[in-house]
Amino acid sequence: MSRARTLFEKIWRRHLVAGEEPGLPATLFIDLHLVHEVTSPQAFTQLAERGLTVRRPDLTLATMDHSTPTDPSIDGARLRVLDPEGSAQLDQLEANCERYGIPLYAMGDERRGIVHVIGPELGATQPGMTVVCGDSHTSTHGAVGALAFGIGTSEVGHVLATQCLLQHRPKTYEVRVDGRLQEGVVAKDIILAVIARLGIGGGTGHVFEYTGEAIRALDMEGRMTVCNMSIEGGARAGLIAPDDVTFDYLEGRAMAPSGEAWEAALEDWRSLPTDEGAIYDRTTTVDGSSLEPMVTYGTNPGMAIPIAGAIPEDAAVEPEKRASFRKALDYMALEPGQQLEGKPIDVVFVGSCTNSRYSDLAAAAGVLRGRKVADGLRVLVVPGSDAVKRQAERDGLAQVFVEAGAEWREAGCSMCLAMNGDQLAPGQYAVSTSNRNFEGRQGAGGRTFLASPLTAAASAITGRVTDVREVLS
Amino acid sequence: MSSRFDHFTGTLAPLPIQNVDTDQIIPASYLKVTDRSGLASGLFSRWRYRAGDPDGEEVPDFVLNRREHQEARILLAGDNFGCGSSREHAPWALVGYGFRAVISTSFADIFHSNALKNGLLVVTVTEEVSASLFAAVSADPAAEVTIDLEAQTLRLPDGSETAFEVDPFARRCLLDGTDQLGYLLQQAPAIEAFEAAHPSRLDTRSA
Repeated sequence: MSRARTLFEKIWRRHLVAGEEPGLPATLFIDLHLVHEVTSPQAFTQLAERGLTVRRPDLTLATMDHSTPTDPSIDGARLRVLDPEGSAQLDQLEANCERYGIPLYAMGDERRGIVHVIGPELGATQPGMTVVCGDSHTSTHGAVGALAFGIGTSEVGHVLATQCLLQHRPKTYEVRVDGRLQEGVVAKDIILAVIARLGIGGGTGHVFEYTGEAIRALDMEGRMTVCNMSIEGGARAGLIAPDDVTFDYLEGRAMAPSGEAWEAALEDWRSLPTDEGAIYDRTTTVDGSSLEPMVTYGTNPGMAIPIAGAIPEDAAVEPEKRASFRKALDYMALEPGQQLEGKPIDVVFVGSCTNSRYSDLAAAAGVLRGRKVADGLRVLVVPGSDAVKRQAERDGLAQVFVEAGAEWREAGCSMCLAMNGDQLAPGQYAVSTSNRNFEGRQGAGGRTFLASPLTAAASAITGRVTDVREVLS
Repeated sequence: MSSRFDHFTGTLAPLPIQNVDTDQIIPASYLKVTDRSGLASGLFSRWRYRAGDPDGEEVPDFVLNRREHQEARILLAGDNFGCGSSREHAPWALVGYGFRAVISTSFADIFHSNALKNGLLVVTVTEEVSASLFAAVSADPAAEVTIDLEAQTLRLPDGSETAFEVDPFARRCLLDGTDQLGYLLQQAPAIEAFEAAHPSRLDTRSA
């Protein structure tokens, strides 16, 4: 019998065109290459300059998401005036996809959306695959049991030309979350708690595999939220073993196998989970039953506390990290030891590849139903894809948001990285369901509290950082 | 696009901040370019200029604005440099500004990979070496270090040498100008054989 292997090891071995040798990286075959407007232009230029072509347009998929407007009144003609650079980037993606025969979901296409939302939604990302994109949140697709990671633009060029990447084998890191989550605690709180514990460089050089009862109990979209933020813990990829939840999610989706091919795929996919007795390079265990809703207070996603807790005192921070800690608090205009709960906010953003799927919107709408957004507060709800938007409109979620006083927008990355005009004003505080609270990430001078869709919705009602359990009780 | 890198002597620009993310290195507002030009003015723009705008006033005490560090071509940074977004615009901006190398106690994976593909050497040192370098540049901004990629050594301002690790393949590429895409293209027969043996379940043109 062959030795016990982890899920990661099985996927890695299956994709080796050439294994690692002393002094040489492995050549890894890529099953799906996702492309968007921001990190691809220079790669296509390189291809053209060298007279190369796209090797596998049938394994490549492009969408527009990062710099697209979410204001429904902005059409292509108006965008050319408002944002000529962003508009030119979109035009260039269209021309590149046309030239090389790459399927593109451009503005107005019903399949368009955030790259990490549409991949699973279309059934394009499947268990056992290697998936890459010029975007660090490609780790999201690990939720279906695919090895998925972000790459730079040079590597985008490599994959376009050869469908392969030169890679060194990362180490494995089991992140086990046991127990059952308490009421009001969701996937976002798990991953914020994990990053707070491991630190934002804790996973560097590793691939996380999330295991344990609390992970198994998550639905697919919750698993995507967890895997999405693996990169915020320093791990390029995060994996969750495929199971019946995965298969039920994928069955019948547009690009998923069907008929006999589905049965064959299922049999294969069932062989992927980590074998009993397989060894990870590192392991950590988190007690899921003790987790509380989490919120960040600083300028990286590892600076998070339970919502009822307080920002650490100086003395609790290691001496060599104190200067960076104080720099973060200065930026946030907060004090050591301060409570965040009750802090007045200016904006709530529900969206991003972390939390813009149907279940995220349903969770937020469940809190907001029949209630009103606090006076003077701006609340943006930005669905992750056109399909999510249409479903939310059909099912009445959109109406809940609109009646509460929130803005219901077009799909896109929006205020997560503030490239498209959706942004915080200097000094504003936001509760955001996105993934990064870096300085200026959501607009120069803007201050971000990362939290779950439940916490965001509760905070929208009060206009303050709010524990959703108090709103629901 | 790799450029040759053999050995290099220069002064340091100290940035004693941990977890410098790629949004700080080059903010998203600069990512609308369709080439690699024009990024140098955006390098660290949120810290370098008041209101983050290169047309605005400089922040006088930020390292890139201090007279004594104008010639520095090696960035000395805190732990976990380059975390966050995968944007290759970060090394493009650093190289465009004139940096040849970054020294830190650790680098985020994607930044590390992107930097080496653009001739920007990333040198990982111990906490002791890092602390001694910050002390040296604080005592004398003109203190020089020499990075020898062939020998994989870093010569400190006090004349002592310390070895550093670097991925042997990336080192080879930097030293002799080997092009990684060219290396991959040479593997076309093996890629074809792999494709023939592993038919895909997916066709993105099918939806």
